Amino acid sequence: MQLKDVSGLIASAACCLISADVIANESINTESDWLDDWQIDSALMLYSEVDRVSALEAVFSFKKDFKDEHIFSGKLVIDSLTGASANGAVSQPIVQTFTRPSGNAQYTVKANETPLDDTFKDTRVQINGQWTSPFSADITTSFGGQLSKEYDYLSLSVNGSISWDTNFNNTSYSLGGSYAYDEIEPEGGIPIALTKHYSDPALFASQALFDQAYSSTIATTSSDKQTFDMLFGVTQVWTKRLITLINVGISKVDGYITDPFKIVSRVQSDGYTLDNINESRPDSRNKQSYFMQSKYHFDWAIFDVSYRYSTDDWEINSHTLESRIHIPSKLTSYWQPHVRIYQQSAAEFYAPFILSQNETPNYVSADYRIGDLNAITLGLKYGDQTQAGNPYSIRLEYYFQTSEDSGHARPGVLQQQDLYPSVSAIVVQYNYRF
Amino acid sequence: MKIIISILLTITLSACANIGPKPWEKGLLAEEQMTLEANAIDMGLDDHIYFSKEGTSGGRSFAGGGCGCN
Repeated sequence: MQLKDVSGLIASAACCLISADVIANESINTESDWLDDWQIDSALMLYSEVDRVSALEAVFSFKKDFKDEHIFSGKLVIDSLTGASANGAVSQPIVQTFTRPSGNAQYTVKANETPLDDTFKDTRVQINGQWTSPFSADITTSFGGQLSKEYDYLSLSVNGSISWDTNFNNTSYSLGGSYAYDEIEPEGGIPIALTKHYSDPALFASQALFDQAYSSTIATTSSDKQTFDMLFGVTQVWTKRLITLINVGISKVDGYITDPFKIVSRVQSDGYTLDNINESRPDSRNKQSYFMQSKYHFDWAIFDVSYRYSTDDWEINSHTLESRIHIPSKLTSYWQPHVRIYQQSAAEFYAPFILSQNETPNYVSADYRIGDLNAITLGLKYGDQTQAGNPYSIRLEYYFQTSEDSGHARPGVLQQQDLYPSVSAIVVQYNYRF
Repeated sequence: MKIIISILLTITLSACANIGPKPWEKGLLAEEQMTLEANAIDMGLDDHIYFSKEGTSGGRSFAGGGCGCN
C-alpha cells in the first residue's frame, strides 16, 4: 500500500474523529440499533520526535456483547511513519557517506552529527479479533488473532487463554499463550551479518563494481522469526476499593532478530572510522517479565500504579514504574496525569563502536535501543462527554530518553563526539467513543 | 526456577481465601476506571511507542511480535 493512500485513510479518519461530535448530535435520534449494540472507540495519535521520526496512528476498537458474556472485540490500526532513524554509526569530525538500505543511493551526514538514515518511511495496517466466552460458571476462555502488515514487514499471531474465577469472583487465575510469526522483507535485502557496509561508489572504478561489491554483502531477500509467549496471572480484589494484578510471563524468540538497517563503526586508534559493518545479533532470545498493577479508589480519585521487571538472556534488564491518577473534576469530566519511569541495562553485545585493531565479535550492535538507557514520560489527559453522551478525551505526553555512557574507552577524536544523544518526543492524542 | 517460584508465590499470596468484598459491595469496583482494561487504547498506543524505542516489551500482556517499527 502506498504511503499517500494510507495517509489519505488517516486523514479521512481524522475528519471522522473531528466531526464526530457534530455527527453524533445530528444523528442522536436516528442512531441505528447496530451502533447501539457495539461499543466503538476511536483514537487519533500524532507522535513526533525532534528531528527524527514522526508517526500518525488511527485506531478503531469494536466490542459487542452477544449476551451471556459472549464477547467479540476487534481493533483496526492504521499508522504512517516517516523521518530519520539512527543507523548505528558513530558521529565523526568529518562528513560521512552511507548507502541507503535499498542499496540504490547514498546519503551524507554532516561533521559532528549523529548519523541518521532519513529514508525511514512506512505504513502499517493492523487487524485484531478476540472472542471471549464462558466455558462454565467460573471458567472463561478467550481466543484471538492479529495481522499486521507494512511495506516490508508481516506479523501474524494467534493467542488463547483460560481464566478461573473463585472466591466470589474476588480471585481470578489466568493462563495464556501466544504464537507470532514475523517476516521481514526489506527493500535491498537482508545483509550478511558483520560484512562491510560499502558506502562510497567514488572509491570504486565504476558504479557497476560498487554494485557488485554491495550485492556480495546481501544474504537473502527475506527472513523470519517466531515468538512464543506464556503468561500466568492472578487478579485479587482485596477490598471494595483495591484490586491487584500480578503477571508472570515468559517469551521465547527464535529466528532473525538482527536489525537489517543497523551498522556498527570500526574505529581506528585515532578515533576515525575505518569502515562500518552490518550488525549481528543472536538468533534466539529468552525473556521473562514480572508485572504488578494495583488500583485504589479514593473518594476523590483513582490511583493506578504498576511496576514491571523484565530480564532476558541478552542481559537486558529493565525496570518500569508507571502511574495514572484519574481525577473527576465535574459531573462527567476528569483530569488524568500520567508518569512513567523506565530504566534499562545494555545487551551484552551492545557496543557504540568497535576498535578496528581488535577481533570482531560474533555478535555486536550499536543500536542505542538495546544500550543502557533511561526514559521518562509525563502526560496529562482531559476527558468529558459530548451533549449526546459520547465520551471524548485529549491527551498530551512528553517522552524523554537518555542513553547512558556504556563505559567503552573512546579513542582520539571520539572523545569530542556525542555518542549517546538523547531523544525526546511529543504525543498528542484524541479519543472518541461512538 | 525463578519462574516457578514466582508462580507459586503469586498463588500463595492470592490464596488468602475469603479476602475481598461481598458482591453488593462492589459498586466502586464496577466503575470503568477501576477495571484493569481501562485506558486500553492509550496503553495499546503507548506499547507501540515503547516497543519501537526500548529494548523490552510485554508484561501487562503478551510481548509478541507485531511490527518492524524502527
